[in-house]
Amino acid sequence: MNNPAPYRAYTPGTQPPLASHAYRGTIRRHPLQPLHPMPQTITEVTGPSFSPTRYKPMADMTATGAAAPLGERILVAGRIADEDGRPVAHTMVEIWQANAAGRYNHPGDTHDAPIDANFHGAGRVFTDAEGNYSVQTIRPGAYPWPNGPNSWRPSHIHFSFFGPAFATRLVTQMYFEGDPLLPLDPVFMAVPDEAARARLVAPLDMAITRPGFALGYRFDVVLRGRTATPMEDNHP
Amino acid sequence: MTPATAAQTIGPFWHLLEEKSWADLTRFGAAGEPIVLTGRVIDGDGAPFADGCVEIWQSDPPTSDMFPGFGRSVIDPAGEFRFVTLKPGLVPGRGNAQQAPHIAICIHGRGLMHQLYTRAYFENDPLNETDPLLTSIEAPARRGTLIAKPDGAATWRLDIRLQGGNETVFLDV
Repeated sequence: MNNPAPYRAYTPGTQPPLASHAYRGTIRRHPLQPLHPMPQTITEVTGPSFSPTRYKPMADMTATGAAAPLGERILVAGRIADEDGRPVAHTMVEIWQANAAGRYNHPGDTHDAPIDANFHGAGRVFTDAEGNYSVQTIRPGAYPWPNGPNSWRPSHIHFSFFGPAFATRLVTQMYFEGDPLLPLDPVFMAVPDEAARARLVAPLDMAITRPGFALGYRFDVVLRGRTATPMEDNHP
Repeated sequence: MTPATAAQTIGPFWHLLEEKSWADLTRFGAAGEPIVLTGRVIDGDGAPFADGCVEIWQSDPPTSDMFPGFGRSVIDPAGEFRFVTLKPGLVPGRGNAQQAPHIAICIHGRGLMHQLYTRAYFENDPLNETDPLLTSIEAPARRGTLIAKPDGAATWRLDIRLQGGNETVFLDV
């Protein structure tokens, strides 16, 4: 166990560079020195676990107010797997987003769009044994942001994943198929690899859609996989 | 093989998730040596990295129903984060190596397209001299950016500089 099998390095081009200067917020916030290489140790290959008894699920983000929130009700579902296709079972997923008008229920959001008293905008779900999760929410609106004189974020939902190790931590955003703002968005476009970008875009999935109730979108997520064998230097 | 999903910035509004109690890893009643780990996170202009968050993970003491091993702290408008946790002990390194006591750190925030990893070690721990990671950082001044210093009773301070002079060593995990 002292030479644990490490999680794989990220595939080149699939992660956004820290210095993604079209997103101006990165300019003074990314390190100038290269990341220091290190072999993963027990610290990196282990990680926290969360149980739904202690961390209460909130799978219906439309049910936090006295009445239903305004906007288009949707279901988002998908499967969380590692890079080898193995399900990531019973892992915690955190979700947050703006309301249908494109406003976060947050004092820091000063966009002149209405707050919806019936929509807080945070959720928490756990995957099942096959790595599947599902959440009910409303489709968030696009909103302007102070990156440039006329910058707009495409509709997106924030997701946070833990997986089995501190090395598998992933915070990302899910976008919607067909959104014309996507090619204009420096956050989305910061991912160099086109296929990797495409996997952030959730397609409409009629199998997730509930007839007469809500459209469904599929967002499958891949967490880092682990190499098959421990690294060399086999000490007893 | 399908490569891991791309990261995107956590943005400025992750606080919708915030549970302040998560910054106290002793909240479930774990016994041990309680410590405070605090510090200030600043950007390349020396401005507070306000609206981000710091997450910590420690594999020692072992996690249990009493000790989650994981915490998350808001970074406040002054740039400060603050955890209450238990002092970690020794952690095995690779092979026969021993790691000095440390806490793993992960930073998220607006303007960070991907989380940043670093570590907090504890000043004057004799094992720091032989810790595999610390000794792999050649410049002593840079090594020092990972070493928390005493800051009052049972309190350790690790300031984190994202960019520029005395920039923190961030790790390619």
